[in-house]
Amino acid sequence: MKVWKLKADKLLLFAVSAFAFLLLAVPIFVLVVSGVGSRAWEKLPESSSILTATLLSFASTLAVVCLAALLGTPLAYLLSRFEFKGKRIVSLFIELPIVMPPAVAGLALLITFGRRGFIGAWLADAGIIIPFTILAVILAQFFISAPFYIRSAQVGFSSVSAEVEDAARVDGAYGWQMFWYITLPIAWRALASGMILCWARAVGEFGATILFAGNLQGRTQTMPLLVYSVFERDIDAAIWTGLVLILLALVALFVSQWFAATQDRLV
Amino acid sequence: MRIAPCLRTFCFAVLALSIIVTQAQQKRTLTIYAATSLTDAFEELTAAFLRDHPEADIVLNFASSSKLAAQLMAGAPADIFASANSAQMDLVVADGRISAGAVKSFASNRLALIAPADNPAEITGIEALGSKRLLLVLAVTGTPIRDYTNAMFHSYEDEYGEDFAKRVMENLVSEESNVRQVVARIALGEADAGIVYQTDVTDEVRDDLLRFPIAERHNQIASYPIAALNDTALPELAQAFIDFVRSEAGQLILAGFGFCSPLSEMAAAQAEPTAETSQDQLREDETEVAPCEGLEAEG
Repeated sequence: MKVWKLKADKLLLFAVSAFAFLLLAVPIFVLVVSGVGSRAWEKLPESSSILTATLLSFASTLAVVCLAALLGTPLAYLLSRFEFKGKRIVSLFIELPIVMPPAVAGLALLITFGRRGFIGAWLADAGIIIPFTILAVILAQFFISAPFYIRSAQVGFSSVSAEVEDAARVDGAYGWQMFWYITLPIAWRALASGMILCWARAVGEFGATILFAGNLQGRTQTMPLLVYSVFERDIDAAIWTGLVLILLALVALFVSQWFAATQDRLV
Repeated sequence: MRIAPCLRTFCFAVLALSIIVTQAQQKRTLTIYAATSLTDAFEELTAAFLRDHPEADIVLNFASSSKLAAQLMAGAPADIFASANSAQMDLVVADGRISAGAVKSFASNRLALIAPADNPAEITGIEALGSKRLLLVLAVTGTPIRDYTNAMFHSYEDEYGEDFAKRVMENLVSEESNVRQVVARIALGEADAGIVYQTDVTDEVRDDLLRFPIAERHNQIASYPIAALNDTALPELAQAFIDFVRSEAGQLILAGFGFCSPLSEMAAAQAEPTAETSQDQLREDETEVAPCEGLEAEG
């Protein structure tokens, strides 16, 4: 009797797990199969829109990753090395964009940097209008994806033990030198993995971009916006763009996992 | 054995879910897919309909007609489809989920040019859209409102020059996924001008917007068709709702939101008006068509 019960429990465990897995895997599988099966890439009347969206996505996300590295690295280092008042609030604000709905982020950006916005009105007086430009796309993507890099970099810096830095200091390394020759070489895998996650999230950004930057081919229409804009009149273009995005996401996932794995082995 | 309680919870959840599902079915829920521009009118029509049909329940799903048509063709469950043009309705008819005979027109609408209340680009009418630099926002290509808008711009070419539509498009900065999002952009003051339906200037945004009339001979008649889906589980209730929308009471509610009755329009245009063909017929009958003066007065 007990054996039977055990079996039933195990069966349920497997059944529910299989159901959960299928729920996640089947839609992606169907998209890939139907895209490949219907040879979606052969019937692309609007292939120019795919090309411009791809170029725009690459340009904007490249800028986002550079910006995240430039501004996010000092912030991550600061958070991993120093204790200060209000540090928890700073951390909270950095992590909030990861969990908040992107549409809310877009709305927040719009009422801050929009033409009538808190800062935007002041910029508009100076003749700078951010919405409907690639600058708005970059800002939206940065807002949503930079936290992924900052968090990962912070963990990376924290994994460099204080003794190593102390030893370097004893040997005469000062601040910048120590960071460049000691901390960065040890933590670079975590930084690279964070950069890839940040990039992948920026490529997929939709909600904040469409709300804040608008949607126009060749100007602010990134790949996810293209999928949304054309799926009802050109399903093949939408599927094809979707396939490219899935491929990019897979590559990003593999590379970032590889970095994380090698980092673990080192520490 | 930690999983045994899980099994019990699971069974319970399934039971609870099935009770909810059957109860929902008992309540006879009508799912209506309607064009975004119908939002306020259909909310009131639904409320009025439910007063007479307390046993029924209605779920409204608003999106651009093209998005709704795509969802219906992909098999989305619905009982009624109300579109902002015949093109999107025809797609669903061709797909076989609606029979051509079931399609009835129930309302019509006109285009309007809107700007933020403080008019940052100092526009005075349609001509300004092609003659100065400004931020123009339109609905995305493929939506009915965009088809009507393009037809309207082309219609102005005999007055403002052959490349007028092209010049206008150079000012386009964003394509919104539906017409209410165009209204929101203008009401927020983020863009200088947009083309929407005259019924989209609702009470909530009236103070934030300026509305400019479009000459009757260039304006387009948006004709709204409605139909029950062939595979609806509630054909009588669906038909009752459609009859109500087309009844005098329903038409009165629609008129309250600035829609015109299709019956008077059709008498004038002699035929089911589409964006392309109605133009010439309209020109002749211009004087007879009284396009819902209530909203035309301001602006």
